[in-house]
Amino acid sequence: MLEINNLHAGIEGKEILRGLTLSVGTGEVHAIMGPNGSGKSTLANVLAGRPRYEVTQGSVTYEGKDLLAMPTEERAREGVFLAMQYPVEIPGVNNIYFLKAAVNAVRKHHGEEELDAMEFLQIAREKMKLVELDEAFMNRAVNEGFSGGEKKRNEIFQMAVLDPKLAVLDETDSGLDIDALRIVAEGVNALRSEKHSVLVITHYQRLLTYLVPDYVHVLANGRIVKSGGKELALELEQKGYEWIEQEVVAAR
Amino acid sequence: MSETIEQIANQDYKWGFVTDIEADVAPPGLNEEIVRLISHKKEEPEWLLEWRLKAFRHWKTMSEPTWANVKYGPIDYQAISYYSAPKQRKKLNSLDEVDPEVRATFAKLGISLEEQKRLTGVAVDAVFDSVSVATTFRTELAKVGVIFCSFSEAVREHPDLVRKYLGSVVPYTDNFFATLNSAVFSDGSFCYIPKGVRCPMELSTYFRINSAGTGQFERTLIVADEGATVSYLEGCTAPMRDENQLHAAVVELVALDNASIKYSTVQNWYPGDKQGKGGIYNFVTKRGKAFTNAKLSWTQVETGSAITWKYPSCILQGDNSVGEFYSVAVTANYQQADTGTKMIHIGKNTRSTIVSKGISAGHGQQTYRGAVTIMKGATNARNYSQCDSLLLGDKCGAHTFPYIEVRNSSATMEHEASTSKIGEDQLFYCQQRGISAEDAVSMIVSGFCREVFRELPMEFAVEAQKLLGVSLEGSVG
Repeated sequence: MLEINNLHAGIEGKEILRGLTLSVGTGEVHAIMGPNGSGKSTLANVLAGRPRYEVTQGSVTYEGKDLLAMPTEERAREGVFLAMQYPVEIPGVNNIYFLKAAVNAVRKHHGEEELDAMEFLQIAREKMKLVELDEAFMNRAVNEGFSGGEKKRNEIFQMAVLDPKLAVLDETDSGLDIDALRIVAEGVNALRSEKHSVLVITHYQRLLTYLVPDYVHVLANGRIVKSGGKELALELEQKGYEWIEQEVVAAR
Repeated sequence: MSETIEQIANQDYKWGFVTDIEADVAPPGLNEEIVRLISHKKEEPEWLLEWRLKAFRHWKTMSEPTWANVKYGPIDYQAISYYSAPKQRKKLNSLDEVDPEVRATFAKLGISLEEQKRLTGVAVDAVFDSVSVATTFRTELAKVGVIFCSFSEAVREHPDLVRKYLGSVVPYTDNFFATLNSAVFSDGSFCYIPKGVRCPMELSTYFRINSAGTGQFERTLIVADEGATVSYLEGCTAPMRDENQLHAAVVELVALDNASIKYSTVQNWYPGDKQGKGGIYNFVTKRGKAFTNAKLSWTQVETGSAITWKYPSCILQGDNSVGEFYSVAVTANYQQADTGTKMIHIGKNTRSTIVSKGISAGHGQQTYRGAVTIMKGATNARNYSQCDSLLLGDKCGAHTFPYIEVRNSSATMEHEASTSKIGEDQLFYCQQRGISAEDAVSMIVSGFCREVFRELPMEFAVEAQKLLGVSLEGSVG
């Protein structure tokens, strides 16, 4: 599904990712953990094609195609979804209208017929239950006046409707109370299947109690320094990140 | 990403064709002879000629205003032709007699007169250069007593009404451009809604400047008698020409006791090319007077013109009268706009609302200029003003000059203003969901303008939204 090889990338001339290599298979859930400044968000943004992030070296192959050569919207239409750390507000643009435009842009890309309002609403209503949002919420402007938790649930709602092949969650758990955390995790769990891959980027272990990953990777100084199973997350929770950094330094 | 914004802002003008028809054009220049010629061509009564001449003599004593926040070279008023009419000027009895070329032009603009007639139920008066070409739906309107015709015709058929109200809101001495219009106005629309009548359909005027080197000076007068209601739409386009063309119109609205007039404009005059060459100078005076319990509502979507200088205003003369101004203005490429409104509260319990949305892209410069005046007798007057500016790119500008004058301490004034940029973040968010940059900009801008668009009649709102998309195509980055 996704092959990242020796990726070097940064922002405004500052290198943040320094030779990151990672392979995510179809149907797998990978968690990327790491201290602040390790390059977690840079990875998410580079994968999604956010402007201003520059790739200086390395490659990213997605379903056999060169992901980095694809424009942002094409990546999205090909099934790459980024649940943002800070979802933006778009005043005056109806939430449901926005999502319908997105779904139809994706469908058009695949040569499928666009959904009309009724068809779309049917799908949206079903997915709404998943994230425990009510109908009134659909008709508000995109993220405008939403609480932090609502914004994150809206991201997961969008993800559920768009049904991406590769979902990247950029610190979706930050700032969430325990209920919202559970809802977000359940939303992602519902997406899990042998066709979908998920990359969960997080600072804390707690999301991973609800959303159990197949693999856990530790990111430090722009590189994956340790990989393991779900138990690695618990170890990190107990010991913090410092021991890993020390281990890395010692290994040099 | 800012390349995309630029591209969207630099889209071509799609209405820039010229219609090849023979026109009856007056020689360039302005003097009493020309004023007399226009009046004579239109077979006007003596009183109107006198009115024009008074205006002309007054105009000669005036100088062009310079306070607006726009820049342009001097206008040579003697180089303009003040009258141009499609030839074949026998009286038109039906639409079928309109010059086929003219009709083809309107069809290109998407207003096939016949289609309009059959399908939409919108009555249209089309003004081509200086002459009103045809007015649809006459008979249906006549049944309820609504008069909707060209200005020239109104002068012939309803001289008393015209004489009573012409200049009653915008006097011929009002300002440089309005005074010029008073002297040389060629045609326009006239509308009268009798007492207690709710006009059964939307009334609409389309203006088109075709001939080169001409100015268009139309005059619109709408009178809603006591308790009457009318909704009026106005649209405009022009061919692409290298020189600047002057458009100095006057619109007067009179809403008598308990009457209501809603006036909507979608202005799409040729804005000039990407380097700022050519385009229409749109120097327009629009004003309405509201008597007791009457309501005036201006809604404008201004996407065209090289320069716009326009302040649709309300004189809230009667007690409990209401004035509204909803505006979306777009300046892309090298367009400039200085626009806003004046709300003059004279009567008690008068209320006014101003919602102005300005969008600047490319090298566009935009100014909101508004004045709210609460006169001494206007006890318990209320005003709410909101001016929002949206910037696309980093070479454009937005300026706000709100003037407030309160002479009665019981007034309630609210003013809100904001300036924002279409953020890279917003665009990225849309694109990450699969939406193209162009669609994203158009969506974000429409969202920004939503409060104004919802004031427009349905089919106009759709058109306005499309127009906005086209005007801004290429402007995201």
